[in-house]
Amino acid sequence: MTLKPISLERLSAVVWKEFIQLRRDRLTFAMMIGIPLIQLTLFGFAINSDPKHLPTALYSNDHSAFTRSLIKSLENSGYFVLTETPATEAEAQRLLALGEVQFVLSIPVDFTRRLLRGEHPSVLLEADATDPVAIGNAVMALNELTKSALRYDLKGSLGYLNSSPAPFELRVHKRYNPEGVTQYNIVPGLMGVVLTMTMMMMTGLAITREHERGTMENLLATPLRPLEVMLGKILPYVAIGYVQVAVILLMAWLVFDVPIIGSLLLLLACVLVFIVANLVVGITFSSIARNQTQAMQMSFFFFLPSILLSGFMFPFRGMPVWAQTLGELLPLTHFLRMVRGIMLKGNGVGETLPHLWPLLLFIAIVMIIGLKRYRRTLD
Amino acid sequence: MCLTMPVQNKNVIEVEKLSKSFAGKRVVNELSMTVARGEIFGFLGPNGSGKTTSIRMLCGLLTPDSGRGSCLGYDILTESGEIKQHVGYMTQRFSFYEELSIRENLEFIARIYQMPDRRRLVDATIERLGLGHRQQQLAGSLSGGWKQRMALAACMLHQPKLLLLDEPTAGVDPKARRDFWDEIHRLTATGITVLVSTHYMDEAERCHRLAYLAYGAILAQGTPDELLAASGITTWTVEGQDLFELTEALRKAPAVEQVVPFGGALHISGTDAGRLAHSLAPFFEQPRWRWQPSKPSLEDVFIHLMNHGQDNYS
Repeated sequence: MTLKPISLERLSAVVWKEFIQLRRDRLTFAMMIGIPLIQLTLFGFAINSDPKHLPTALYSNDHSAFTRSLIKSLENSGYFVLTETPATEAEAQRLLALGEVQFVLSIPVDFTRRLLRGEHPSVLLEADATDPVAIGNAVMALNELTKSALRYDLKGSLGYLNSSPAPFELRVHKRYNPEGVTQYNIVPGLMGVVLTMTMMMMTGLAITREHERGTMENLLATPLRPLEVMLGKILPYVAIGYVQVAVILLMAWLVFDVPIIGSLLLLLACVLVFIVANLVVGITFSSIARNQTQAMQMSFFFFLPSILLSGFMFPFRGMPVWAQTLGELLPLTHFLRMVRGIMLKGNGVGETLPHLWPLLLFIAIVMIIGLKRYRRTLD
Repeated sequence: MCLTMPVQNKNVIEVEKLSKSFAGKRVVNELSMTVARGEIFGFLGPNGSGKTTSIRMLCGLLTPDSGRGSCLGYDILTESGEIKQHVGYMTQRFSFYEELSIRENLEFIARIYQMPDRRRLVDATIERLGLGHRQQQLAGSLSGGWKQRMALAACMLHQPKLLLLDEPTAGVDPKARRDFWDEIHRLTATGITVLVSTHYMDEAERCHRLAYLAYGAILAQGTPDELLAASGITTWTVEGQDLFELTEALRKAPAVEQVVPFGGALHISGTDAGRLAHSLAPFFEQPRWRWQPSKPSLEDVFIHLMNHGQDNYS
């Protein structure tokens, strides 16, 4: 009898064995079924590249029926929601820099007077254009608006104002990224994505590897303390993370021409916090997972929402509230706001801090979970 | 002597009624034992008898569910930190870093134990174990025997007073095993105490005292001679032809508890000497077999204990 190059019986034996192993690894099995389901519901409902109800600040010293109608029609477009009414110009600018609002609408004091005189006064709408996609449709909707906004107010004796050209002018000023260059938004964001991926996966494997190879038993038998093991495994990757950041920043500068308006030092400090946040997640996954495969899967499970719900790929404000809440829990969300703020808006320490403390809180909580889960004994 | 040091008594290990369960299964059941200073104490027993679990409880890697005890005068429940500082534990599976060289592994351990004059210590250790020409070799590329030598060197590095060795010679060739045991005897001559688990009978005979574990409890303990005497086993050796046929016949005979082939001979043992002789009498007359009474081996004793133990615990 000659040996056939492929035998169905031998082949089916291997397939059968693979299925048994797969079934025994419950987490892997659950993830293979669960991941598509969760992702479909999560991202199917959450992702929306036509964000509406964007928070808008109104800076106005002219309160008339006309301005009210103007605001009303902005809101009726579905793209704008009036959330803030700053008293000063500086405060309005600060809200934009912080990212609290997407738009600032400034109505000049003499708007109504000049409107009635038929002088076609202009209203200024400043947009945070760091993410050009986020404001694209909202700005488009404005064109129609100038013509129709005051249609019902300008009747009777004022009807003559209702002719073309439009009774007033809406000037859109795209701040921070006037040309709407996508790279300006993507490249700083990529820094966060790359760091999330490598930092979390590398450390995610760190402790499980020790368990899998049996070296953990040796470490546990020595006077080493859990914190020493954790920190010892985190620190080398901080250095590696900085190398990655250096490469990305250099590329951003040389190849993509992305500006760094703010302080480089502040940027590097924020990077440190973000690296630590990801390393802590990795180490914690590592201490929960039973083997390296599980640690990888957990990292992946964390990585996907980080990309999709953080505002990296799709506008954060386009997501429903529950998805935004989920996004707020992710370190990348806060990092993106910090980095885009520093690089594109030139934000300083004051504007950065509101995005920094959630990261610090995140680190503290995850670190505590990790230390609790680290098995000091083999029990 | 410093007053904060624990009282130096004769026994290095004293444990009482240690128990440990995993997932509802009792792996160690009220284990009590003492090991004296400078002794080589052998831990024997079948796979899954609780040897590894007992050793791990002694060095603070596992917390006992109940019971109490001390190791080097430190409480195993509350002072595992101190125990780790003074105990050398060699795991059953090679647990050093395969991608580090011998020297790097030893230096890592020396740093963890904060050993003074690290460089000289590592040099001396490498020299003493004859690892000099291999010190730059990656640990992963070493053969079983060399790995085991390196592991022993590493767990001796912080100059522990007690060595816990969990099947240190599994899968190691006889020459390397003999060298290893020579080293163990040298170490105990300097006052170090060794607790070693093994499956090898020749190694059991090299221990000062032995404990036989089965189903998480000690079935017998004492010196090898004491164990032989206490077992009450009588053994006969038979040589000749058609031994396989004889084996079958003897296994059915009353009072014959063990029939074990040893090369060209059979060892027949039983605890009731009189009835055993009576059972064997019909076979004595046959000319094709040569019978003679012999001293039971430790293996006979342990197989007997193992069979006996099952009766009690299954």
